[in-house]
Amino acid sequence: MTQEEVNALNVDLVVDARGTACPGPLLAVKKAIGDVEEGEIMEVLSSNEGTKHDIPRWCEKMEHEFLGVFEEDSYTRLFLKKAE
Amino acid sequence: MENEFEKQFLDLQKKVNKIEKGTKDQLTMVVFSGDLDKIIAAMIMSVGAAAMDTQVKLFFTFWATAALRDKKKSAKGKNFMGKMFGMMLPKGTTKLKLSKMHMAGMGSSMIKGIMKKKNVPSLEEMFKTAGELGIQINVCEMSMDLMGLKKEEFIDYPHLKICGVATFLADAEQSKVQLFI
Repeated sequence: MTQEEVNALNVDLVVDARGTACPGPLLAVKKAIGDVEEGEIMEVLSSNEGTKHDIPRWCEKMEHEFLGVFEEDSYTRLFLKKAE
Repeated sequence: MENEFEKQFLDLQKKVNKIEKGTKDQLTMVVFSGDLDKIIAAMIMSVGAAAMDTQVKLFFTFWATAALRDKKKSAKGKNFMGKMFGMMLPKGTTKLKLSKMHMAGMGSSMIKGIMKKKNVPSLEEMFKTAGELGIQINVCEMSMDLMGLKKEEFIDYPHLKICGVATFLADAEQSKVQLFI
């Protein structure tokens, strides 16, 4: 994703899973998905390299829409939209 | 023509029912090894699967059963062999050995230190999370018998059941994924 695309997103909830190791980010996302409404957008922060591949697969399985990744210097921002 | 369609529809419905009954979104794992590293791997995979809403059934057998012992608990009424085994087998997760580079306990301490530094939850914490996520632990009764282990000396885990091989086989048959560790 580009900076413009990220700025255009209306994020409803940010989940900070930085510092946790696998399967920490996954658990954090699973817990937090209950706190957003259908169609809302969640942002996940992770410092874990594997999360970039894990969260899209998690979305695929759970039928949420994975919107994309944005790399910061020391962590990754991942965006997803809760299934309706 | 309409009859033909109806027949095909019923046939398909039957097949779908069979498939739905056949395999569930479920992971069955045989946890055989009593090695620290292998049990850590088993628990990380289980917790990950549960985070993906997959039902998880773990079948603890042979050496793995000793990992379920609670270091603060003991069981009465053991025979001589049971007592011997009890002394020789590790008493719970904190006493498990690494399958490689154990180096008389140095390796295990090192890996635990590294895990802590890298924010990987400890095995004890993973069991707690597993319990909260509803991961089922089935313990092989025959292994317990062989090693003289009793239910009273196991950890307080919310979904722990003592059972036989048929339970494992029935679970495995209904699972999309089966693993052996």
